[in-house]
Amino acid sequence: MDMPTPDPQIIARKAELVTRLQKVLPADALITDEHETRAYECDALTAYKCPPLLAVLPASTQEVSDVLRICHDMGVPVVPRGSGTSLAGGALPTADSVILGVARLNDVLETDYDNRFVRVQSGRTNLSVTGAVEEQGFFYAPDPSSQLACAIAGNIAMNSGGAHCLKYGVTTNNLMGVTMVLMDGTITQIGGAYLDAEGYDLLGLICGSEGQLGVVTEATLRILRKPEGARPVLIGFDDIVVAGACVADIIKAGVLPVAIEFMDRPCIRATEAFAGAGYPDCEALLIVEVEGSDAEIDEQLETIVTIARSHNPVELRESKSAEESAKIWLGRKSAFGAMGQINDYMCLDGTIPVSQLPYVLKRIGEMSQQYGLDVGNVFHAGDGNMHPLILFDANKPGDLELCEAFGADILRLCVEVGGCLTGEHGVGIEKRDLMNDQYDPGDLEIQMAVKDVFDPKWLLNPAKVFPLAASDTRRIAAE
Amino acid sequence: MKALIPETEAELATMIAQAEGPLRIQGGGTRPIGAPVDGQILSTTGLTGIELYEPGALTLVARAGTPLAEVEAALDAEGQRLAFEPMDHRPLLNTSGEPTIGGVVAANVSGPRRIQVGACRDHLLGVRFVDGQGQIIKNGGRVMKNVTGYDLVKLMAGSYGTLGVLSEVSLKVLPKTHMTGVLLFEGLSDTEAVKALSVALGSPFEVTGGAHLQKGMDGAPVTMIRLEGFENSVAYRAGELQKLLAGFGDFMLETDPDRTRAGWRYVRDVAPFQTRSGDVWRLSVKPSDAPGIVAALSGAEAIYDWGGGLIWLLVPEGSELTAATIRAAIGGTGGHATLIRGNPAEVFQPLSPAVAALQRGLRQKFDPRRILNPGLMGADT
Repeated sequence: MDMPTPDPQIIARKAELVTRLQKVLPADALITDEHETRAYECDALTAYKCPPLLAVLPASTQEVSDVLRICHDMGVPVVPRGSGTSLAGGALPTADSVILGVARLNDVLETDYDNRFVRVQSGRTNLSVTGAVEEQGFFYAPDPSSQLACAIAGNIAMNSGGAHCLKYGVTTNNLMGVTMVLMDGTITQIGGAYLDAEGYDLLGLICGSEGQLGVVTEATLRILRKPEGARPVLIGFDDIVVAGACVADIIKAGVLPVAIEFMDRPCIRATEAFAGAGYPDCEALLIVEVEGSDAEIDEQLETIVTIARSHNPVELRESKSAEESAKIWLGRKSAFGAMGQINDYMCLDGTIPVSQLPYVLKRIGEMSQQYGLDVGNVFHAGDGNMHPLILFDANKPGDLELCEAFGADILRLCVEVGGCLTGEHGVGIEKRDLMNDQYDPGDLEIQMAVKDVFDPKWLLNPAKVFPLAASDTRRIAAE
Repeated sequence: MKALIPETEAELATMIAQAEGPLRIQGGGTRPIGAPVDGQILSTTGLTGIELYEPGALTLVARAGTPLAEVEAALDAEGQRLAFEPMDHRPLLNTSGEPTIGGVVAANVSGPRRIQVGACRDHLLGVRFVDGQGQIIKNGGRVMKNVTGYDLVKLMAGSYGTLGVLSEVSLKVLPKTHMTGVLLFEGLSDTEAVKALSVALGSPFEVTGGAHLQKGMDGAPVTMIRLEGFENSVAYRAGELQKLLAGFGDFMLETDPDRTRAGWRYVRDVAPFQTRSGDVWRLSVKPSDAPGIVAALSGAEAIYDWGGGLIWLLVPEGSELTAATIRAAIGGTGGHATLIRGNPAEVFQPLSPAVAALQRGLRQKFDPRRILNPGLMGADT
């Protein structure tokens, strides 16, 4: 994966930059030591590493504004960082860049149950947003699997989803307002504790812009009352096509499950060996979860079970208790860990139209044989967001590259069948060069023109999202 | 000047590229919201047809000029619907013609269910459009989760044709629910009603509509709470809500399909103001602020939707209330006001200088010649 050559002139001015930043930040918010900056050399895409020039940890919107104004003035690239859990390299620095970490911005500013929102600083972790409101029976709906660690800032940057977004939507559907600092230090307020912000839908534009348009320091988030209960049913099939048809029939029946999760045989076997959840050894496994009161859950599960039976499942296990629910979820929740124990893996994130599921799984199986790398599939079937896990050996020369080539082929296949490269992880550096497969040059040009408006000098996270060749002239002109 | 009516996306692109003056972009022409545009009409009504509909994947793709009625009929045949419940502006604005799906998107038209399922923009999966220079652009797609590049899909929703002319939209659709129940109670004050709606919306009982009319169909104030789903579930949730709301009054459950549908159409289409003269405003505010805002605007009448978060305001003729006083009433706490019917001086909420600059910048990039609906959304566009 290429990154732009660091600008030696910026590196040469490090002392001047430090002096200026010292005037606006407390000493402990400025990390310049070469050993300490290594903590910021990568995110969760650990295959790529590069320590930044320095890192800053501002504790207020004003400090963020001061930092950005100085960097803007000196032409220094800034890479915003939430908790560093990006799987796409969204927070990967370059040697001439400043990491702006929002970890110290972690306060809850306002909770309002009558109006069903919470206003938080953006460094707060996803799960601790729910933590701040659950005593009153509320929760924040988007639930990426990294929710214990990931920050709201990163959720907004990547428009994060989760297992329950079939019912509750992703970040963009739950974000009501932001305080955002532009690269030149301008502080903007967009939206607030009301629906549908005025003017153009800038909230929609900011969400998923991978930290390239501004640094979000505060967010107003919609909160919901927790459902009375939730229980899943586990359904096993001996045919992937039949499992796909079952998903479509459930959706068509008018039951809207809160989650429909899918695992294929390689994944089932791996998780069984790892977690022993008692899953059947079959081609495809669905976990369908519904919510409501006990009686409502029973009624919905009955409808789902009736549909499932018409497809001749090899296994049907309806949860009747919290204990049984936990057991059904155990394997799914340990799927990534199970695969990780077999080998190193790369987790993909393409989305496909649900109707293409059988074809895509068949093709992935064929490619797996061609590349000689094993792959397991575990994903959110309700919305077509796939997470193929390709196994490789990081210690074996060439295996990473082979795995990346296989991954790229799978993502191209997703695009080919009418889907997209990434459903919830973002483009980052990982899928940057595949953007040409999804978009024509004109489609990319207008997206880059949007960045021109928010960040004319292309200093915010500049080497991400767009193929380097496409963003080249803009990044060079900005220097 | 003769209206331009392209029949293909390529033709649309050529017409925009060759345009020499301002263009007035029109779908069905049923929602004349915004400052009037002096320009040649460019109509999308020649770009019609549902291109793809997969009920099992909950997705529908249609050309922008496809009549909304055609889309709704196709969905209905499969027991599905546009869950965001777009309103019909015709009776309120005294327009005729056939609303188009592109027009719904361009104005981000959402109805009472917005409170639970989101707005039109939340159901919009992808767009194709032609920008002000005649370039065909695509963004998003037809899948429900997509973070591939910037989300121009949402940007296009509610931009009223000022950033580009939509040629195709891709939407997430949802199954219809089996039945509807509406809890009704008459006689609450605005303040008590919004409190009751907050209790209902803050419960786990999945309320899909929460409205309060100062004057209901029979002239008395009425508070309405909608529940949808399977029969037993609606009955159960209605019972639980009746208990929760006992302090406000004795809410009665209406389940007659014709009456519940008519009741929510009445709210959705702002029926009480259709036959009344005067300006009609649409305010988006923090729900608990709503009664205070309405009380501060003496002489105006209100309909509350979205649990109080949406105020439809009728300002009678001869009233001294101006755009400035209405916006000042919102001012302290956040929110915005849009003039839907009346003298179109300041239709859209003025923006802060920083946000206005971003909006101007985007407009400049998408339509540098400023020929698409110039001025419709205010001087900045």
